Amino acid sequence: MRGLLTVSSPIAAFDPDLSWRLHHQVAVRPEPFGALLYHFGTRKLSFLKNRTIVEVVNSLCDHPDARAACRAAGIDDAQQAPYLHALGVLAQSKMLVVGEA
Amino acid sequence: MTSVAPVPRLVEQFEHGLDAPICLTWELTYACNLACVHCLSSSGKRDPRELTTQQCKDIIDELERMQVFYVNIGGGEPTVRPDFWELVDYATAHHVGVKFSTNGVRITPQVAKRLAASDYVDVQISLDGATAEVNDAVRGPGSFAMAIRALENLADAGFKDAKISVVVTRHNVDQLDEFAALAAHYGATLRITRLRPSGRGADVWDELHPTAEQQVQLYDWLVAKGDRVLTGDSFFHLSGLGEPGALAGLNLCGAGRVVCLIDPVGDVYACPFAIHDRFLAGNILSDSGFGAGFANVWKNAPLFRELREPQSAGACNSCGHYDSCRGGCMAAKFFTGLPLDGPDPECVVGYGAPALEQERVKPRPSGDHSRGTKQGPIPLTLITKPPARLCNESPV
Repeated sequence: MRGLLTVSSPIAAFDPDLSWRLHHQVAVRPEPFGALLYHFGTRKLSFLKNRTIVEVVNSLCDHPDARAACRAAGIDDAQQAPYLHALGVLAQSKMLVVGEA
Repeated sequence: MTSVAPVPRLVEQFEHGLDAPICLTWELTYACNLACVHCLSSSGKRDPRELTTQQCKDIIDELERMQVFYVNIGGGEPTVRPDFWELVDYATAHHVGVKFSTNGVRITPQVAKRLAASDYVDVQISLDGATAEVNDAVRGPGSFAMAIRALENLADAGFKDAKISVVVTRHNVDQLDEFAALAAHYGATLRITRLRPSGRGADVWDELHPTAEQQVQLYDWLVAKGDRVLTGDSFFHLSGLGEPGALAGLNLCGAGRVVCLIDPVGDVYACPFAIHDRFLAGNILSDSGFGAGFANVWKNAPLFRELREPQSAGACNSCGHYDSCRGGCMAAKFFTGLPLDGPDPECVVGYGAPALEQERVKPRPSGDHSRGTKQGPIPLTLITKPPARLCNESPV
């Protein structure tokens, strides 16, 4: 049964209680609207559409888990859902990988 | 794509222009071993003013500082430059990814091995027919065999995910499934783009561009089977044929806003399909009043600033499809002699066809590097009014 759950919803595979970091082949370019992310390995481009999510992404490696990175960027637990969703999408496209804090 | 909080639509952000292009096209040379009838840059002979190795490296340094993620290198045939591999290595060592377009002439087994060893280089093999007959009619005798040999060498060397790059024409639009099969056979990805009436393409566009029925056929194919097919967003003029968002991509003209072209002599144009003085923003080597270097041209060139202003929908203002096609491709309109604020020559509502019937003047290309021709005949102008005095017309 466990297997079924993870297969049907890949985003569920994103665990905000783990430590995450940017893939070493990903470059982050600040933009007025947020940032552009480019993965040199997959050649995929992503957009971060506000500066808070940019701050979260850039500071992931300084925190023990994704929730802590959100809190440090001023997003309290009740407001984290859209941010965790965004991080999940990035993890799905290999922009983020599980890593050591 | 990632969405977090309500902000202006990304398309609007892009229409105002970014601080640096996301990617740009860089044509390294006008020299080419082929003479394709639709060549965007009218390539053939090298231009004696082409950038030196050091000048190219200086540009790469600047692109690195601006965080331009990758360059699409083309030409001409870029691999015939003796310093081509040196420049590719220099770019990737400086965090500027490289995708290069080639007809395959230099993709030997040795080169293929070398390419397979790099994570930062993408190879695009141009092919305009899924059979030698269709391809060679456009790209020249032997060009199909050359491209296939290159694809074989890449596959044998373990190079993953090469691109097969196809310009869709009236004669190959029925071969889209065959192209997809070829790509699958070589472990490659299919990339299809729009035929533009630019460069030598201006001379053949009327006969080669897909008919109105074929445009619909192409659109339907993309919606049904285009999931893993790259298009460089080049068919956004067709997006009015279906639901918004049915075509993948941003579907906007990025000219001077998110993309541009650097030509072999350092001239910067709004896009790769617009090599004409009308769309020349400046030159990297010289200061035209807003500073030299690529960053200054990108940020300050009056042409680019103008392109980043809201554009007038003009004659398309009252059309319900304007939001999806945004008036189509600027270069396609310009080189077919249509007004820039009117319908695309391949407008899906059909406004292009009558516009093409009207009297129109097709602008001549500003430069021609074709072999076998000089700059073209120099037009003699007739004086319509006799000079007031004999001395008013200089004899020299």
